[in-house]
Amino acid sequence: MFKLGATILKDIRILWRDKVGLSLMLAMPIMLVIVVTNIQNSTFQLVDKNKLPILINRLDTGEASRQLITSINKIGMFKVLQIYGIQNEQSMSDAMHAKDAMLGLIIPANFSSKVAAKANNIAGKALKSFGLEGGTLKPAGDVDPLTLYYNPVLQESLRLSVAGAVRSALQLVESRETLRSLYFSINEKPMPENLENEMLNNQTAIKEIPVSKSGTRIAPNATQHNVPAWTIFAMFFVIMSLGGSVVKEKISGSFIRLKTLPTSYLVAILSKQITFLFVTMVQAVVIFSIGIWLFPLMGLPGLNLPSDLLALVVITIICGWCAVSYAICVGVFSETQEQVNGFGAVSIVILAAIGGLMVPSFAMQGFFRNAANFSPMHWCLEAYYTLFLEGGKLKDILNNIAPLIIITLLLQAATFWGLKRKNLI
Amino acid sequence: MVIKHLPAIDIQNMGFRYQGSSGVIFSNLNLKVAKGERFGLFGPNGAGKTTLISLMTGLLRADEGHIRLFGHDIGQKHVEVNHLFGFVPQDFSFYQELSPVENMEFFGAWSGLDKQKIRKRTDELLHILGLEEVRDKPVEKFSGGMKRRVNLAIGVIHEPEILFLDEPTVGVDVQTRHAIIDYLLALNKNGTTLIYTSHQLSEAEGLCQQVALMDDGKIIAHNSLNGLLEGYNEDNLEHLFLNLTGKDYRNDV
Repeated sequence: MFKLGATILKDIRILWRDKVGLSLMLAMPIMLVIVVTNIQNSTFQLVDKNKLPILINRLDTGEASRQLITSINKIGMFKVLQIYGIQNEQSMSDAMHAKDAMLGLIIPANFSSKVAAKANNIAGKALKSFGLEGGTLKPAGDVDPLTLYYNPVLQESLRLSVAGAVRSALQLVESRETLRSLYFSINEKPMPENLENEMLNNQTAIKEIPVSKSGTRIAPNATQHNVPAWTIFAMFFVIMSLGGSVVKEKISGSFIRLKTLPTSYLVAILSKQITFLFVTMVQAVVIFSIGIWLFPLMGLPGLNLPSDLLALVVITIICGWCAVSYAICVGVFSETQEQVNGFGAVSIVILAAIGGLMVPSFAMQGFFRNAANFSPMHWCLEAYYTLFLEGGKLKDILNNIAPLIIITLLLQAATFWGLKRKNLI
Repeated sequence: MVIKHLPAIDIQNMGFRYQGSSGVIFSNLNLKVAKGERFGLFGPNGAGKTTLISLMTGLLRADEGHIRLFGHDIGQKHVEVNHLFGFVPQDFSFYQELSPVENMEFFGAWSGLDKQKIRKRTDELLHILGLEEVRDKPVEKFSGGMKRRVNLAIGVIHEPEILFLDEPTVGVDVQTRHAIIDYLLALNKNGTTLIYTSHQLSEAEGLCQQVALMDDGKIIAHNSLNGLLEGYNEDNLEHLFLNLTGKDYRNDV
C-alpha cells in the first residue's frame, strides 16, 4: 500500500505541474460543453422562440390565398414576410437572401379561383351522392402546386415539419372553401361566420407530455442533452494526458530504473488508474456544476440533476474507469507520444460519433447502429439519458452498466497482455 | 540475502542475442566479480558493455547460461535479487518535474524502504552530494552535473550491495566528477561492489581495481589494472585500450 500511495502521490505531483495537460483535460471540455450547448440552445430557440422567417410571394390576390397566409401566421412557428410579383426561381432565391429568410413560398396565380372551383366540385359531388341536387357538375382542374423553397442548412426533420405545417394550413383553407360551398348549395346563403369558426377552429387539442420513468415532467432542453454527453467526451479526453503519460514514462530514462526495482509495473498502472479516475470525477463535478450554476447566468437552461444521485455517482465512476482504462491501453500499445495523441484524438471522436454523442443512435442506420454497441460512450450516454432525461433509477441503467463493465475489463485484459508482451511486467 | 563467500557477480556460459537479430551478441561468456571489488568494464562503442550491464541488472534476459548475483539467479529470482543492487544508468533516470526529495520518496518506496528510512537516507545523500539547498526544486531546472548527482543518489538510496554505474560522470564539471568519484570510493570502502563503465579512462584508473576490456561481445582482457598494464607493457589504460581494440572508428547502429 505504501508503494501504491507513493506512486499516486508522484502521479498527482506530476499532473499538477503539467498545466497544459490539466487545461486540456478541464478547460477544453468546459469550452466545448458551453459552446455546443449555446449553439444547440439557439437551434431549440429557433423553433421554440425565434420564429422561422418565411418569404411568401403571393401571385394570387383572392380570398383563399389571403386566408392561407393568415393560417400560416396562426401556426406560430413562422415570421411571414410578404412580397409580390416575383415570377422565377432566381428572383425568389435572391429575395430570400436579401431578406435573410430560411424559407420561401410561392402561392400561384389563380390559386383562390382554382381552390374555389375544386371546393364547388367536391361539394357538388357530395350533394349528388346525398341525392339533393341533380345538376351537371362543372369539371375542376387541379390546383397548381405551392412551391416551398428552403435554405439547405435546415435539417431534414425541421424541413419536414415546415412542409407539414404549410400543408395543414392549406388543408384548412381548402376545407373552409368546401364547407362554404356545401352550405351555400344547401341554404342558398353564405355560411354564418360563427358557425364557420366553430366548425373549423374547434379542433381537438393535443397534449404533449414528456414521458419519464420517475413521473417528473421536465421538458428536455439543450443543457439536459449536452452536459451529460460532453461530460462523457471530457472523461475520454484524458487519453491526451494519460496515454501520453504512459508513453512518456515508457520511453523516459526513469522507466529503466523502475524495471530494475523490486516492484511490479502494475503498481504504476494501478496508480495511474486511481489518479486519473479522480481526475475524471473532478471533470464531471466541474462540468455538472457549470451546468447547474453558470448556465442560468449565461441565459441557458440550468442543469437538473437526476433524482437518483447514487445512480449518477455509480455510472460516472464506471464511465471514468472505462475512459481511464482505454487511455492506458492505448498508451501501452503506442510507441511515441505522437502516436498516442494522433490515435487518441481521432479514436475518441469516432467513438463519440458512433456512440451517439453527435447524432442520436436511434437516428443511425444499419452498420453504425450496430457499431454503437461497441462504443463505451454509447452505453455511458444511454445511462446518462435514462437518468437525466427519463428520470430513471439505478435499476434502469443496469443494462447499460453491464456492457460498460465488460468493455472495461476487456481493455484491462488487453493492457495486461500488452505489458506482458512488451516485458514490462 | 548476501552470502559472503559467493562472488558478487558470477556469469557462466552466457549467451544472448537480440530478438529478430541474426547476430550473436554474447556466446559462452564467463565473468566473476568478487564482493567489494571496484570493477571497470571498458570497450569501444558497440562492444556490448551496456547490453552486458542490462543483462546483469535483469533488464534483458540471457538466452543461455546463468547470471548470478551473490548466488541468486537474476533470471529466476528477479524481485528478490533486485534488492541487492542499485543502478545508475547513463540517461537521467528520474522524473524531471519532481524535486530531488520527491524523486527519492518515490524511488525509495519502490526500492522497498519505509517512510522513516527514506527520509533518513534522503537527508544523508542530499548532504553528501551537495544538493541540500535545492532539495525541493524541480530537477528539470538543474545543471547537468546536479542531475548526475540526483541520478546517483536515487541509485544508492536503498544501500545496495552491488552498484552498477553506466558512465556516471559523463558531461559533468571537474568538481562534480571528483565529488562523485570520492563518494563511490567511500561506498566501496563500506563494502559496496562497484561495476563501472566509462569512456573516461583516466578517471577509471583512479577508481577501478579490476578491469575487463570488451570488444565485439567478447572479454578480450581481464585482470587487475596493474596486472594488465604490466602484462601488455603499457603505461596507462588508454594506450592499452588502443593497443587491444585498434584505432578504427566504431559505428554503433
